[in-house]
Amino acid sequence: MNVAPKPAFVLGHRHLLGIEGLSREEIVGLLDLAEEFVELNRQVEKKRTSLRGRTQINLFFEASTRTQSSFELAGKRLGADVMNMSVSASSMRKGETLMDTAITLNAMHPDILVVRHNASGAVKLLADKVDCSVVNAGDGSHEHPTQALLDALTIRRNKGRIEGLTVAICGDILHSRVARSNIILLNALDARVRVVGPATLLPPGIERFGVEVFRDMRQGLRDADIVMMLRLQRERMNGSFIPSSTEYFAYYGLDETKLAYAKPDALVMHPGPMNRGVEIDSAVADGARSLIREQVEMGVAVRMAVLEALARNLPNA
Amino acid sequence: MPADRRPILLTNARIVDPSRDLDIVGDLLMTDGQVRDVKRGIRAGGVPEGTEVIDCTGKLVAPGLVDMRAFIGEPGAEYRETFASASHAAAAGGVTTIVCQPDTHPPIDDPATVDFVLRRARDTAIVRVHPMAALTKGLKGEEMTEIGLLKAAGAVAFTDGAKSVTNAKVMRRALTYGRDFDALVVHHTEDPDLCSDGVMNEGEYAARLGLLGIPSIAETIMLERDIRLVEIARGRYHAASLTCAESLEVLSRGKQAGLDVSASASINHLTLNELDVGSYRTFCKVAPPLRPESDRAALVAALRDGLIDVVMSDHNPQDVETKRLPFAEATPGAVGIETMLVAGLRLVHAGDVPLATLLRAMSTRPAELLGLPGGTLKPGSPADVIVVDLDSPWVLDREILKSKCKNSPFDEARLQGRVVRTIVGGRTVYELI
Repeated sequence: MNVAPKPAFVLGHRHLLGIEGLSREEIVGLLDLAEEFVELNRQVEKKRTSLRGRTQINLFFEASTRTQSSFELAGKRLGADVMNMSVSASSMRKGETLMDTAITLNAMHPDILVVRHNASGAVKLLADKVDCSVVNAGDGSHEHPTQALLDALTIRRNKGRIEGLTVAICGDILHSRVARSNIILLNALDARVRVVGPATLLPPGIERFGVEVFRDMRQGLRDADIVMMLRLQRERMNGSFIPSSTEYFAYYGLDETKLAYAKPDALVMHPGPMNRGVEIDSAVADGARSLIREQVEMGVAVRMAVLEALARNLPNA
Repeated sequence: MPADRRPILLTNARIVDPSRDLDIVGDLLMTDGQVRDVKRGIRAGGVPEGTEVIDCTGKLVAPGLVDMRAFIGEPGAEYRETFASASHAAAAGGVTTIVCQPDTHPPIDDPATVDFVLRRARDTAIVRVHPMAALTKGLKGEEMTEIGLLKAAGAVAFTDGAKSVTNAKVMRRALTYGRDFDALVVHHTEDPDLCSDGVMNEGEYAARLGLLGIPSIAETIMLERDIRLVEIARGRYHAASLTCAESLEVLSRGKQAGLDVSASASINHLTLNELDVGSYRTFCKVAPPLRPESDRAALVAALRDGLIDVVMSDHNPQDVETKRLPFAEATPGAVGIETMLVAGLRLVHAGDVPLATLLRAMSTRPAELLGLPGGTLKPGSPADVIVVDLDSPWVLDREILKSKCKNSPFDEARLQGRVVRTIVGGRTVYELI
């Protein structure tokens, strides 16, 4: 029973550092693999043994409840020994650097490191110094590949396809790793990607990412199939990038009125955690068109697929 | 040490002296620490007894380089670089005069510190060292330093180093006051508010890496302000490190208006672009940031046309603890004093810049601006001379660098040309073995 579902699928990388660098086939392969874990996760017996004997360390330099627990559950369901390590900013300030932590952990012979860090490129820096496989669980404003994969899986299960869909990614594009990974992935699978946000939260050069850029949300949502909202970090809310959260909600918050511009069967997504009343209205977040809870479910399945695919490449696998 | 000061005769070399548009094959004789004669057939005409004769067939002989911008770390950061270590790196790179920057601990902002630097360098360095002094006390950008006394103590120019003076009134006063002391005001033109939290050049590439960008207008706006201030203050002004096409336009207008303005470009910005950052290479994190290829090309053209006066190394030693970090957290800066000439030769070999133009920007022109006697091979000038093999190909391994820090963006780069001998004041201080 513990036979790998599709032994043909091989991820051509030791690490998963981003969506960038994955081929279309690899993305689809991961989604197909995840699809099988969705079914598994709905059964009473959820255990696999493909990671038995393996040690997975979740190394989080930035607090996260949902991503960390999602990775933890994914690892455990595949039979790995999972250790969670939260390195707070304060202990980093004591002088231990990212590299010291990497070298220390490497000496413990983990097989897979799942890493989140608040600086872009930090996970790559760490991956270059360790012997095990590394999964990027979010690095600064750079990439969050498992989020993009779970978003794609959610879309594919609800719409039956990704190709040709119009996906509007809305909000703080500038600081969003979720946006970057999603843009790359959705473009690779031939969706039509739009980004929508105030000009101060759109990175200069974004128009060269193969996206349509909108600064008016109603226009940006027009005839969209998927409305993907982004979290607005609290520290960006007051004065520096936008005047206030109230004004932001008025122009860029997703409510029923703005959602009406999208297609009648448009679906709403959010990576969480949500700021209700800032980027999204509760009625929409909890409404019939919201996929937000399903995204969480897909998260576990996608992370199992990623861990499984990387484990197949581990020595002695 | 009379044995060291034996006369030296370099024979049969290609001698390029940009101070007088000289490019000949001939001999160069040095005696008593000075250039004595440069012409064909000196050897045949007889040389003083005991002269060391060095055959330089196929080699270039040129004035020793004057590096107008190097961050050394002494006093206060000797673990990163000392005058001794920097001078060995300089000698290996053909630099015979280092102009060190005042952002040290304490900063070089009073005559006693200038005196300390000069004595310390005299006792420990194997090349010449001249300090720039701070333009404002404590590099705080608020009050001007003792420009007159500092200059009398030996400061060759005035600058707040890697910091910009954001207060226009302070800059205006310093330019106005400094004029009567013929002080050269050197300014790092980057508006810190516009740079904000940015860590690399703003644009598509920064967006892809998820890094906050620094717009090139942060530089251009500051330069434009400065040029306007020079118009009314009429001081001598030098932009410390220009990097983009828009800034070059502003500089050109200033020069055309007859203002006493000049500018440097770093070897990094002339030979690298933002794509060299690659996958978060912190050795390519410099300030101002590396720009797009179009800006680099504009900078090279400006060097060729003489709009850019000086090419400097922007030598800035940073160690592992400031570089082996996520890109945004790493300290900007790259070592470069040892590779400045060979990296610059890329432009010559590519046909983008004539050899004499490059050498002028690295020796004659900075010496003129700073009022130093080097940068020339005219008889009677200091015997600061380099011998260069222009053609030999090699690959840089940063471990061979003599600087205490190895943060070179040219690590593993293929280079063509190498300094084979460096002579300061008539003494050989470096010889490639």
